[in-house]
Amino acid sequence: MKLRDLSGQLSLNILQAQGDLDVSVSGGYTSDLLSDVMAYGKEKNVWITCQTHENIVAIAKLKNLAGIILVNSRKPDQATMQKAREENVVILGTSEPAFAVTGALYNLLKK
Amino acid sequence: MSPRNIVAEAKRKELDILGICDHNSAENAEALIEAAGRLGLCVLPGLEITSQEEVHILALFGELEAALSMQERVYASLPGENSESVFGQQIIANAEDEVLGFSSKFLAGATTLSLEQVVGFIHVLRGLAVASHVDRMGFGIIGQLGFIPPRLDLDALEISLHMSWDKGQRQFGPGRPLISASDAHFLDEIGQAATEFLLEEGTFDEIKMALKGIKNRKIIH
Repeated sequence: MKLRDLSGQLSLNILQAQGDLDVSVSGGYTSDLLSDVMAYGKEKNVWITCQTHENIVAIAKLKNLAGIILVNSRKPDQATMQKAREENVVILGTSEPAFAVTGALYNLLKK
Repeated sequence: MSPRNIVAEAKRKELDILGICDHNSAENAEALIEAAGRLGLCVLPGLEITSQEEVHILALFGELEAALSMQERVYASLPGENSESVFGQQIIANAEDEVLGFSSKFLAGATTLSLEQVVGFIHVLRGLAVASHVDRMGFGIIGQLGFIPPRLDLDALEISLHMSWDKGQRQFGPGRPLISASDAHFLDEIGQAATEFLLEEGTFDEIKMALKGIKNRKIIH
């Protein structure tokens, strides 16, 4: 499933659109520990987190993730937005908590 | 842990300088400074601040006033109230080990200050910003954020007693000054790890110089 379609089906807000919304998503990973995502995140995963520090962009880039979903209406820091634009890392947002988004995404990708 | 017990233990362990950094608070710094002064020990008042990212940063200062100003900023950004049944009593003591009161702030919680704001405020108050226990996953900067943000203006990194000095140097040095500290939460933990500096005297300014490696002051190990 393309990131664009996933975003639509989960009613996510596109907070930072610069990047590849047509990338094919391979799965998801939910964690707020960036070192954990570095260790276990897989290529083209969407990453669900509440962390907004600019380091999330670097991790997404490093692991070649499809994009980041920020939960609980968290807004990216200004530096995070700027870096994400520069590095073409798509950031999506939702008012839902990580549990709900993860469950919805899991069901969506399982279809 | 009480001011008189802490300084007696530090003296017994032959320490010269102590940093006191309660979680998100400097309420006990004054008592410790007074108690330590009687035994000729130097105390650096400070706080161990939890940033919004749940990274622990040590804020160390040369004067009590600066530590209390930092505390004011932290308290203004620290939501919630302490639950004594869950997190225990947060005692405020004087130099005679008498209980003056209890802090009702949720000191175990995270502030709403970003890491960059925490470090920025520390430097405005002319303090030292040290990333706590960088070798630990929980609340350590690398565990939380994957790596140390390159532009973050940290004065030093602290390794815990679980990591040897040599391993710390290999893993985190060179480039950033490294210190070792006990992070003592109990009396017997005091001095289990410490840093040796080459200084003219035991003061905050001398430590600052040693971290920057100026005028022959330095970190020995």
